[in-house]
Amino acid sequence: MASARHPTLTAKAAGLIGCRACGRVSPGQTHICPRCGGRLEPNRGFGLQRVWAWLAAGVICYIPANLYPMLRTATVATGTAENTIVGGVVELLHHHAYGVAAIVFGASVVVPMAKFIAIAVLALSLRSHARLSSHRRHRLLEIMDFIGRWSMVDVFVVAILSSLVQLGYVVSIHPGPAAALFALSVAFTMLAAQSFDPRLIWEKDQGPSA
Amino acid sequence: MSAPNTPATAQAALPPLETLVACPACDLLMSVPELTSETRCRCPRCHHLLYAPRKQIFAKVIALSLTVAILMVGAVFFPFLQISAGGISHASSIFDAALAFSDGLLLPLSVAVMALIVVLPMLRVTLLIYTLWPLSQGHRPWPQARRAMHFSEAIQPWSMAEIFVVGAVVALVKLAGLATVTLGPAFWAFGLLVVVVTVKDNLICDWTLWQALDTPR
Repeated sequence: MASARHPTLTAKAAGLIGCRACGRVSPGQTHICPRCGGRLEPNRGFGLQRVWAWLAAGVICYIPANLYPMLRTATVATGTAENTIVGGVVELLHHHAYGVAAIVFGASVVVPMAKFIAIAVLALSLRSHARLSSHRRHRLLEIMDFIGRWSMVDVFVVAILSSLVQLGYVVSIHPGPAAALFALSVAFTMLAAQSFDPRLIWEKDQGPSA
Repeated sequence: MSAPNTPATAQAALPPLETLVACPACDLLMSVPELTSETRCRCPRCHHLLYAPRKQIFAKVIALSLTVAILMVGAVFFPFLQISAGGISHASSIFDAALAFSDGLLLPLSVAVMALIVVLPMLRVTLLIYTLWPLSQGHRPWPQARRAMHFSEAIQPWSMAEIFVVGAVVALVKLAGLATVTLGPAFWAFGLLVVVVTVKDNLICDWTLWQALDTPR
């Protein structure tokens, strides 16, 4: 472990810059990594602005995604029914498919909401003294990065249902506008989590490492 | 923490940059350790996984990538699911699932779904084979291999085959009371593909691959 004998030296403190993609160290003002061609961004403050921008875009798309219908089901018996994201979960509950209802609710409501809040809290925590340790916050960011893509499940469900259930007058399912809005929201929050540089969290933590 | 992974000290004059590595997650400067096979090294400060080299990584990754490519061809063109109710039946392939959004304003979503479940996973294995094949034969890397490698890393979070399979399962449950659903050969091919993709992605250690690209031959 790094102790008082080995004070923590970051690449930045040494006047160097490390590549986020491949770990290669380059002189401080390099813009393109000589090994993998990735962008290095000597000024990390700009990265945070990008996080806020993608996050805002994600939230903006998420609101109408919940208001417009995700699925339009037309059956000969009941006519046309429209389902929003939450409506689809409620319908699954009526069919007593509790496990699947939980998966869909988790992927399309809990995960996006948790992501919005977590990324905003992490970004705000960089401004002032953070209550959570750097380890905890880094872990939180990794979890957000990992689970974000699973929100896309609902879009794929709509794609499969509306391509498969085309039985003429008996029953047919068509996608609604919410599918596109929701897919955009997921993509934007994924970009927000990806552009969040974990080194910003550790930058404040310059003391002897834990 | 593993022994070879000592943090560089502030007092010491900096060694050549090729012998250093900065943790991608917390920026800690370390000297590159002498790696033996099958050791996993984590960053001493933030515990980010730095290296996980394995034996015969090239051969394994190439074999698994080829498997993914073959399964994907099967998964795209065979029927995925078939449904029947009231004497009418309808089969759909993965291609049809992507094209579900193709009428009107949702057309871009169709393109995106196609990219997420078929194009990007295929592109990723193609790029990996392109990068690793010459290395496994002991030749110099082919032109633009670094760019190919970087790009294949960048698209990894966007290749969502495994999420599509979960989506298929949810769709099956939703249809359970409505109609009779039959699983087609593509469903099994895609399920198997997801397993192979997961094994392959867990095998890959970025550090080993970059190091191999850096080694002059």
